[in-house]
Amino acid sequence: MSLFNLFRKQRSAPMARERLQVLLAHERASVESDLVSILREEILAVIAKHVEVDADKVKVKMDRDEHVSILEIDVEIPLKASQLAA
Amino acid sequence: MGKVIVVTSGKGGVGKTTSTAALGAALASRGEKVVVVDFDVGLRNLDLVMGAERRVVYDLVNVIQGDAKLPQALIRDKRLDTLFLLPASQTRDKDNLTAEGVELVIAELKRYFDWVICDSPAGIERGATLAMRHADMAVVVTNPEVSSVRDSDRIIGLLDSKTLKAERGERMEKHLLLTRYDAARAQRGDMLKVDDVLEILSIPLLGIIPESMDVLKASNIGAPVTLTDAKSAPAQAYFEAARRLAGEDLPVAIPGEKRGLFGKIFSRRAA
Repeated sequence: MSLFNLFRKQRSAPMARERLQVLLAHERASVESDLVSILREEILAVIAKHVEVDADKVKVKMDRDEHVSILEIDVEIPLKASQLAA
Repeated sequence: MGKVIVVTSGKGGVGKTTSTAALGAALASRGEKVVVVDFDVGLRNLDLVMGAERRVVYDLVNVIQGDAKLPQALIRDKRLDTLFLLPASQTRDKDNLTAEGVELVIAELKRYFDWVICDSPAGIERGATLAMRHADMAVVVTNPEVSSVRDSDRIIGLLDSKTLKAERGERMEKHLLLTRYDAARAQRGDMLKVDDVLEILSIPLLGIIPESMDVLKASNIGAPVTLTDAKSAPAQAYFEAARRLAGEDLPVAIPGEKRGLFGKIFSRRAA
């Protein structure tokens, strides 16, 4: 018991707060990454119908702040395909 | 057209039913027409907390299945003329609650009542998503405790994705109701503080309901706490929360902050 008494001053609420902040940051990100991977696949499929693209050259990123979410899509199209389109 | 509110939390036992009853009675005591709807099919409890358990004849599922008309299932409160209850059924088959049926019932209730308050079941399953589906705004009931805060975060995510409002691209109005708050323990650092929970969940604060014996006493006798002892601390907090729901801009007093340690010392010196 005396060992526990040494730590008596350490309060539990700050630990709760810290654990929650770490956990929720992780959980929120994983919910979003599900959405991002679905979007990535479907966007790739649509583009692949018309031009040849490398699966690794499609980047989908989701950013969230207090008011808006921004979906950033970055697709690198090979030179040949873009000339064909033009 | 009435406003539809869902009282939800994810976690069970944090005070959804108590809060539904207390807020409903508080709004009705202002003379507004209120119906509280129990969505907890299979484990109904709102009737018991409201003291109407022996007056239940028909329920939400009966109305959805066409076995009863809505007015037949509504129970008028014996203390307040403008307060009604639509009980849940005790049938075990939750599939009886269909999305179309719920939509029709809510649409009809909105025409007659100023406030339609939906008491959500715990969890994040179908019952909970049906309860929130048609809501105009949400009251997220949270205890200052890690598992409750985590579940509230999940529920906030669902409110922003699974509701009709969210699907239409509108913003779902969400309010935090912090229940079972013990100011002394928070002050000592043994309980999450109001600011901690607000910072983590980042939704506006509707009210803080202090931990109190009066809440249990009220459910023992089967009355919303706002009707049994309107002067008690939890009842006062619920009345204020109801006024904020109705759109009043009322600052939230954080319990215990005025009477902090320094406050005590200084007030004694000044005396």
